[in-house]
Amino acid sequence: MSVFEGFRFRRVTSPIHRLDPRVKFLYVLVMFVVAIFFTEFLPLLVLFFLQMPFVFLAGVEREWLRSLRGAVFLVTLIFVFNFVFGYFYRTYPTGAALLEFSLAMSLRFLVLVESFSVFFLTTSPDHLSLALEQSRVPYEFTFAFTTAVRFVPVLAEEAQTIMDAQKARGLELERGNFLKRVRNYIPILIPLIVSAIRRSLELAEAMESRAWGASSKRTNLYVLKMRLGDFVLMALSIMFLALGVYVHFFVSIPSLSQFLPPFPF
Amino acid sequence: MIEVRDVYFTYPTGVEALKGVSLTIGDGEFVAVMGQNGAGKTTLVKHFNGLLKPARGEVLVDGVSTRDMSVAKLARKVGFVFQNPDHQLFCETVEEEIAFGLRNFGFEAATVEKRVDWALNLLDLTEYRKTSPFMLSGGERKRVALASVLAWDPKAVILDEPTIGQDHRQKENLRQFIVQLNGQGKTVVVVTHDVEFVAECNPRVVLMSEGKIVAEGEAKKTLTDTTLTLAASIVPPQITQIFLGLTDFGLPIDVIDVSEAKRILLDYFEGMKR
Amino acid sequence: MRRRHKTLGVIETQSLTYTYPGGNKPSLRDVSLTIEKGEFVILTGPSGCGKTTLCRCSNGLIPHFYGGELKGELKVAGLNVSEHPIYEMAKRVGLVFQNPENQLFALSVEKDVAFGLENLSMPRDDMRKRVDWALQITDIEELRERAPHELSGGQQQRVAISSVLAMQPEIMIFDEPTSFLDPLGAQKIFEVINDLKNKLGVTVILVEHRLDLAARYADHVIIMDEGKIVLDGEPREIFNSETAWLLGVGVPKAVRLWHLLQENGLVLEGTPVSSEEATRFLREVLKR
Repeated sequence: MSVFEGFRFRRVTSPIHRLDPRVKFLYVLVMFVVAIFFTEFLPLLVLFFLQMPFVFLAGVEREWLRSLRGAVFLVTLIFVFNFVFGYFYRTYPTGAALLEFSLAMSLRFLVLVESFSVFFLTTSPDHLSLALEQSRVPYEFTFAFTTAVRFVPVLAEEAQTIMDAQKARGLELERGNFLKRVRNYIPILIPLIVSAIRRSLELAEAMESRAWGASSKRTNLYVLKMRLGDFVLMALSIMFLALGVYVHFFVSIPSLSQFLPPFPF
Repeated sequence: MIEVRDVYFTYPTGVEALKGVSLTIGDGEFVAVMGQNGAGKTTLVKHFNGLLKPARGEVLVDGVSTRDMSVAKLARKVGFVFQNPDHQLFCETVEEEIAFGLRNFGFEAATVEKRVDWALNLLDLTEYRKTSPFMLSGGERKRVALASVLAWDPKAVILDEPTIGQDHRQKENLRQFIVQLNGQGKTVVVVTHDVEFVAECNPRVVLMSEGKIVAEGEAKKTLTDTTLTLAASIVPPQITQIFLGLTDFGLPIDVIDVSEAKRILLDYFEGMKR
Repeated sequence: MRRRHKTLGVIETQSLTYTYPGGNKPSLRDVSLTIEKGEFVILTGPSGCGKTTLCRCSNGLIPHFYGGELKGELKVAGLNVSEHPIYEMAKRVGLVFQNPENQLFALSVEKDVAFGLENLSMPRDDMRKRVDWALQITDIEELRERAPHELSGGQQQRVAISSVLAMQPEIMIFDEPTSFLDPLGAQKIFEVINDLKNKLGVTVILVEHRLDLAARYADHVIIMDEGKIVLDGEPREIFNSETAWLLGVGVPKAVRLWHLLQENGLVLEGTPVSSEEATRFLREVLKR
């Protein structure tokens, strides 16, 4: 699951970590939108490199690389698919143009993965849940999110324990044909689900006992305040969006095929 | 039957759970592995059925290294009853649950039936044969888990914290059951921090602390040695605690049993009268 | 053994009977008891005797969360439980459960402690102060920023206690809080609980099997069996009773030793409720 490794949060602080998650999310959204605008290789390359300063400032190079590595499979798939599809349907005049297009599509995917990765790598779950609480998202959803995140390591450990317990009764997970292997996961899934249900009941009891639902207006121990850095990022994002729109509509982008030798088709 | 030779083990998270542990458990022995939560007890016993393989050192079960055997093969010899029965139960009936292990090990249908009957009877669960395990109480579910492991008659049984969440009477029943099992020749290993429980059974005690074995020996000797109990962060048995404050009267401290305590005190008072 | 009360109890029940929905027999039968303000009560009995059910009644989980039929009278902190929602009861009665893991929802200890206060819409500054106080009084100030998953069972349970305490209830109920902890961890929890009682005057109800560790703090013991109250009184009386022994309750071994010595002709006064006390009493006797 190395794609997910890149999304997991590591406890570190940096100026990027301290930015308001809502502003960071705006930045990610802008990247997303601008990336969608372009099907040309060069602007996407620019977008790709544009995010790197964030990665370095935040000190999350290793995890970021890991998330990119995890995406390699899908990136290759997108490339191959576009190339093959384009080849058979002759949507592009030259081989070079098709190549560029396929590369651009793969790069676009990579840019999207990259920007989300940077977001999740530099935003702690509690910071994120705080941002959710302070936006108009109803508290039930934020609570569900936070609790889910909180219990992920617990459930992972429990799944491991259940696997051990069943292996200790002779269950062999690696043997057998595909169908048998799937069936072999039933003794793992059922205890996991039953345990999750029991756990939810206990959690609900505890929540009720701590005055859940006492008021529709919950207060909060923390409040997110936008600071200079946040406003700067917000301004930059909006400017970048504007720039992206402008370039897309009014600037002709040089095609890579001008630099590449002609392809034999 | 189980030999642990200088075993080191570190979890993927980086925690070094075992730092050079060596231990031998003979056929038919009754051993209690004790220590604080986090001392490495469960980590150690998970090596006995191959769930964990040592990073350094070796674990031999009946002379064969666990590295050369699959968990399934080892489980046939070494049964493991986990702390939380809900981590095992998934079948529609208690009967099915007990048959699960038997089927995994390739027992024939006729044998499975017989063994299921036997296990149900052994743990007093015959009335629940067709009941869903999820409908049973906590104590009953524990018995089902135990029955499902004993069904295939492993040579050794490991019980991980069997007394958690049990009331006094349930613990007493369990204690008697375990002693009976051992009496029938099974090697029994109990991982527990319940000192009273161990004091009542008087098995061989292995005390662990911070990934190492700090002491080994008869329960009576190990649990009453305050330097050892301190090192392993465990509390001495209730009776021992009483005697720890009476040493200046010349009374012994290696007492863990109430009847023995009574006898010693009565003798002392007799002596005083004269 | 019925206890005679002088002042108005902080928990009072009269013929309380309860059956869980779909249950074929009542989990509580005709339970009548009085718990006075500031008491440290130990509630014990064999598994399934109704201790947990009684706890749930005390803060309104029964009948509001669980449904079912609740008959008889139950007044907690002056309020009739059936007539008030759980969140109102939460301000007066705190309930700490057995499994520490399933009481912590937030991603930091601080936020967990604040949870109840946030629900009660406490203003931020007051909340900050209250959280600081709760952390300090349960001695977990250094765990403030930690995530629940990083904590040991004992630490988690202290966080749970702190979170409940933050709402400053006058009654705190602990339902087998040390089940998952080792004896040293259990001892620490009992010390914390006793500390709370002494410093803050909270009424404590502790459901426990480990009487050897907890009995020394109690001034009132209630033993239940099959939904009924079987014994209700002072610890020493109760532990001496044959019924306690027959029920299979984990009476401290010190008491057992005492009985054995007395049976054999030794004249001994008093009843020790812990090994420590037994040592002290014996020293007195031996010196003579």
